[in-house]
Amino acid sequence: MTQTETPIISVRDLTKSFGKLQVLNGIDLDLMPGELLSLIGPSGSGKSTLIRCLNMLEIPTSGMFRFKGLEVRRKFRSEGEQIGVGDLRRRVGMVFQHFNLFPHLTVLQNITKGPLVVLKQDAAEAEATAMTLLDEVGLAEKRDVYPTHLSGGQKQRVAIARALAMKPDVLLLDEVTSALDPELVGEVLQVIRRLAETGMTMVLVTHEMSFAADTASRIIFMEQGRIAETGSPEELLHNPKSERLQNFLARFHA
Amino acid sequence: MYHWDFYTVLQSFDLFLIGIWATFIYTVGSIAIGVVVGLLTCFARLSRFPALRILARSYQELFRCTPLLVQILWAYYALPMVLGFSISNTTAGLLTLSLYVGSFYAEIFRGGINAVDKGQREAAAAIGMSGPQSMRYIIMPQAVKKMLPAFINQSVIQVKNTSLLYAISIAELTYMTSVVNSETYRPLESYTLAAIMYFCMLFPLTQIADQFERRMRRSD
Repeated sequence: MTQTETPIISVRDLTKSFGKLQVLNGIDLDLMPGELLSLIGPSGSGKSTLIRCLNMLEIPTSGMFRFKGLEVRRKFRSEGEQIGVGDLRRRVGMVFQHFNLFPHLTVLQNITKGPLVVLKQDAAEAEATAMTLLDEVGLAEKRDVYPTHLSGGQKQRVAIARALAMKPDVLLLDEVTSALDPELVGEVLQVIRRLAETGMTMVLVTHEMSFAADTASRIIFMEQGRIAETGSPEELLHNPKSERLQNFLARFHA
Repeated sequence: MYHWDFYTVLQSFDLFLIGIWATFIYTVGSIAIGVVVGLLTCFARLSRFPALRILARSYQELFRCTPLLVQILWAYYALPMVLGFSISNTTAGLLTLSLYVGSFYAEIFRGGINAVDKGQREAAAAIGMSGPQSMRYIIMPQAVKKMLPAFINQSVIQVKNTSLLYAISIAELTYMTSVVNSETYRPLESYTLAAIMYFCMLFPLTQIADQFERRMRRSD
């Protein structure tokens, strides 16, 4: 990592409160190109809120937020040097725990809708991209099927393809295997692993500790709305400094 | 024993046809205007401006909590006194029916939109869609399916509500039936025939509504 490289996302002293409840409390984070950042921590530690702040699905209460060096404004449209929430979101893809596929659209339409409506691509281009992506996630033959007819693992792979169709600079994955039957987790992790090999920048919230250990370039341990510990998988998972992280990890080794 | 005589009544069938036509026009007209009013009211209710929300809510409650017949009479006889000029019974009738059904439609539309899973809005936002884009391409297509049975039911009621226009002498089916009755002195045949005609118009509609409801339950 060189000194001159600009982080894709850079936040300083980010906070988020829901009413009186402060969920994030002074987050500093630089996400560098090509990184695979894994957020771990007990439930309620703020990791899901943090990842949802990274594409402004949750608007932070305060703090600085930059995307590729540009300040992000809290309005939909970009203006001047400031990038709007709309433009931020189409460059920061997100995959959800419960897939959130559009049930009234076929698999193919789920993937092409964003490029058609938001990027104003023409139909042929959008469809070609979608078919390439469907091929990559191994679901080309499901193109005309509606989401209800897919298994959880298939749905999640379509959701990943939908996010990638926007050609994002970063992909956010929020507990993407948590709602899956155990035997379907592998096929989704496989897709993520292959994406990581292509150099895709990703942030993932996960409970799959061994997956995080294998693939992440950096791990962040969160607790009570703060970043409690950060480092390589080696440092964090094998030599945890704090007692809290030790206790947290102990539950997974058991 | 009563001697049924539909023949005399049926000789005035052209009068019934005039009535059916007017009933049809007032129904379609008030539903069309009502849908627009309902949509505007619905979006006002969902808006982030409190003034708009209160205004929409007040309109809805005013029309939902007073009898339609009173509204019709008020629009025709009382409203001109407020305005200072008279309005035709056609205008008063159509206006009242539209605003009345619009207040109910607004509630049906709002229910349909709120019934769409919150995750759908988030997924649309996450691929960079604006609020209006998300509403048009993601939320509305799903909401329409959810609101359709209630919408059809309200529209069935609307067909029947046009009969209240009788009170301000609009020549819809009920009014025309009273004309036939006064010409033939055959109330039993006249009003029986009117009831049959309303039934024939509405029964297919309720069947369609049921069909939609069944299909929706199956696909869920």
